[in-house]
Amino acid sequence: MSPSAETHHFRRLITIWVVLAVVLDLVFYFAVSPHVPPGAMTSSASGQQTDFTVLFMIALPVMLAVWVYGAYALIVWRESRSGDAEPEGGPKARGNLGIQVGWIATTTAIVLGVFVYGTVELIVPAGAGGGEGPSPIWTPTSHDVLPVQVIGQQWAWTYRYPTFGGFETKQLMLPVDTTVEFHVTSLDVIHDFWAYQLGVKADANPSQDNIAYTTTNQLGQFTVRCDELCGLWHGAMYNFGRVMTKAQFFVWAQSTQRQNAANTKLLPPFSYTYVPDANGADGGYYPDNVDPYSKVQQYGATSPAK
Amino acid sequence: MALDMRASIGADHSGDAPPPAPRPRRRPKWLGPHLGRALVGAVAGYALGHFLGNSIASGYINVQGSGQNDIATILALSIGVVGWLAGAGMLDYPVAKIFGREPLPPAPSKSWTRYFGPALDHKVIGLQYTIVVLLFFFTGGLLAMAIRTELLSPTNHLLGPGTYISVVSEHGTIMMMMASSIVIGPLGNWLVPLMIGSRRMAFPRVEAFSLWIFAAGYLVILTALPLGGFATGWTGYAPLQTQATAGMDAYLVGFAVIGIGMICAGFNLAATIINYRAPGMTWGRVPIFVWSILATAALLTLATPTLVAAGLFGVLDRSAQTAFYVNEHGGSSFLWQNLFWFFGHPEVYIMALPGFGIVAELLPVFTRKPLFGYRTAAAGMIGVALLSFFVWQHHLFQSGINPDMRPLFMLTTELISIPTGFIFLVGLGTLWKAKIRFAVPMLFCLGMFFNFLIGGISGVFLSDVPVDVTVHGSFFVLAHFHYTIMGGLVFAFFGGLYYWLPKMTGKQMSQRLGKWHFWTMFIFFNLTFFPLFFVGLLGQPRRVFEYAQNLQTLNDISSVSAFCLGASFIIFVVNFVWSMFIDPKPSPPNPWHSRGLEWQTPMPIPPYNFTRIPVVLADPYHYGAADARNVADLGPRTLELAGAVTPSAPSAVSSDETAGEAGSGDPRPPIA
Repeated sequence: MSPSAETHHFRRLITIWVVLAVVLDLVFYFAVSPHVPPGAMTSSASGQQTDFTVLFMIALPVMLAVWVYGAYALIVWRESRSGDAEPEGGPKARGNLGIQVGWIATTTAIVLGVFVYGTVELIVPAGAGGGEGPSPIWTPTSHDVLPVQVIGQQWAWTYRYPTFGGFETKQLMLPVDTTVEFHVTSLDVIHDFWAYQLGVKADANPSQDNIAYTTTNQLGQFTVRCDELCGLWHGAMYNFGRVMTKAQFFVWAQSTQRQNAANTKLLPPFSYTYVPDANGADGGYYPDNVDPYSKVQQYGATSPAK
Repeated sequence: MALDMRASIGADHSGDAPPPAPRPRRRPKWLGPHLGRALVGAVAGYALGHFLGNSIASGYINVQGSGQNDIATILALSIGVVGWLAGAGMLDYPVAKIFGREPLPPAPSKSWTRYFGPALDHKVIGLQYTIVVLLFFFTGGLLAMAIRTELLSPTNHLLGPGTYISVVSEHGTIMMMMASSIVIGPLGNWLVPLMIGSRRMAFPRVEAFSLWIFAAGYLVILTALPLGGFATGWTGYAPLQTQATAGMDAYLVGFAVIGIGMICAGFNLAATIINYRAPGMTWGRVPIFVWSILATAALLTLATPTLVAAGLFGVLDRSAQTAFYVNEHGGSSFLWQNLFWFFGHPEVYIMALPGFGIVAELLPVFTRKPLFGYRTAAAGMIGVALLSFFVWQHHLFQSGINPDMRPLFMLTTELISIPTGFIFLVGLGTLWKAKIRFAVPMLFCLGMFFNFLIGGISGVFLSDVPVDVTVHGSFFVLAHFHYTIMGGLVFAFFGGLYYWLPKMTGKQMSQRLGKWHFWTMFIFFNLTFFPLFFVGLLGQPRRVFEYAQNLQTLNDISSVSAFCLGASFIIFVVNFVWSMFIDPKPSPPNPWHSRGLEWQTPMPIPPYNFTRIPVVLADPYHYGAADARNVADLGPRTLELAGAVTPSAPSAVSSDETAGEAGSGDPRPPIA
């Protein structure tokens, strides 16, 4: 094999690869990326959209490199085409230091780049909408946050609004252009709060407060699903929520607070976690011993505003 | 050599040793250990355990509201497993030794019935493993068909939520158990001694034990369905686990039982590879498949004990009312998640590495070229094995556990893609200017590369925490790991099976049916799982029986393709049964013109593989080299030691001698 034949193969491969990679990356960026889930309803959703787009535009050339080379090799060097002669063995076919070092350096560079980018995208937008445990270290800069508690139980989601008297509702309503602080907890088994269009996902653990942040940017409806297997009706554990204007939200919140006032009095006082008392792991929300208001541990919870 | 173990391993071990003296009396054959006796033992043990459990704890400890006694179920399953092992003759040897008797060696047998009883020949055990693994695989596959049938419609239900979730959990658990041993069991046990020039495995009884306890695990996990199933998926997360009914006991006992089998298979293979290499089989000449098995064996040995311990804690929580996983009583539901994934992520690579080994082993044969970057491939496998212990919390990115350590686990997870990528470097390098033969095993290897690329790259998306917020726990994850395990490991396994079955059985498989099997499997595999990436991205969580109306088209494409994928395995079964039993044609001794040591043995392979321990002269990848030496000298008695063995060989000889002194059971020095 003459060296010119090698450069010939290389040049052809690289030309095909560069053209395909550039064209398909551009097609993806302009035609597909605006529609990448989960959309742009919140800061975290659009952050995930951007992140997915960036990763895909890195991944596509990598996959194309393998596919182009593989297809080329299978066509050009198949047995029926290359004849009866055995290919060249020997040390040259057993390894090539330049190629191996180049491969390792390239993949390492890509991996480290992806890691740095992912870390920035995680820390700067305050956890990117993911659950950050009870004491998050990456918090939003805005001091004007709306705390909303998300309570998972077999098999329903409910929401409490501590700044509106701690009323509890099955509708998740949020004002637009607001940073929301979700406190996700569970009363029984592990659930996972997945507000799909909001780009928020956090496990609902019993006896744990799992905090996730996002900032709403667009009006509209969204779906909430349970994303961690929680038993029989896991598949049916979903409901819907809405991002509304601030004015609409205050009207809704205050009227719901009024309407639910009698029920709210019967609820356990607002707390970041609720420890089921008598029933162990299958925990009832409401204590079933004599005292209907058995002591609920409070982990530094701010007392609810009236 | 103080111990002469020839008698205790039960056959004429060395070529020139006298045959063992005939035993004075033997049990009649039907009373001896075999599958039937094992089944009787299992049923008797189950009944005894259930009776004991009810006597101890009847009316005392029940699952709340279910009227079921967990202690009875757990004892029934555990004693049932012991009964099964006793019936299979796995306890004869240790029990006899405890009472100071020399145990009866198994009756030497050449008939087909030896496949239904305990064996000490790794070739028999390998084939037994093949059958059990295929049973596992097809059972799990049928359950997958049921899942896809239910998901044909978002609102009309065939199964109902309880049955559906039980089927999903059973499918996941069975497939995970199967995949952990699908290559290690059949091909690892069958091939490793032949590939390294050994007469047998290091611990033949442990090898037989690992097979029979693996089969017991199959029965235990199957009992979960008649016990009412379990609703936790294969991950068995804790508060749900504590809450679940008796099917959960089968899950916990089953995983512990399988785990014990995995540990036994793992250390046995590692000990064999390290100590039983023939002279001249230096680490630089060990076939790459053996490297992958060594890395996997290390993971099996080191990671699986965590699973067994975690399962034991779960069993105690459910029966003795301990509180390992109960938050309210001082335990933690996070503990199970941590322990489970601390095992679970090395487990993922237990299911990937043997596949890498198979494709890297087969590519040189079908490209007629040496393996490109042999050292890189071996280093990559070891690197993957090491790194796999440091990534487990990427399963818990949104869980609230150690949220501040997410960047670290993002880094380790992405780093592991570097050694994983070596398999592509090796594969693509080997294809360069090759002479590619599209035989059936090669097609499966190429299919593995195609699928695993998609599976691997989608894994990078999952490792990125912000993107993971969207895709965690969705069908995207499901598609990702089906692409790596089914598309990677199972494709590689079937490639290996088509490649080595002629050697294992001495019979040819039909190439035409093999090609039909490959193309239907490849096309419908991709049509089944590729749409599920979109289904996940569009918001469908895993393990749900109801989904959004607008996802029905994608789900239906997946379901219909899944049925066709299932049908493709009928082609395999027909091919297998036809060419093995109905119309067997003898296979040529080396149909693929491989240089591998395992192909140099005569057909059929004699018991104990080599009449003389071979002296290995070269690695098996000397294709296309005009001056290539034979891969091994199979008759070293005629060998001039000083002249023919390369300078590195004497060290291998001495290490083999050391191993012999440590009780390897080889009574003679390796070179006569």
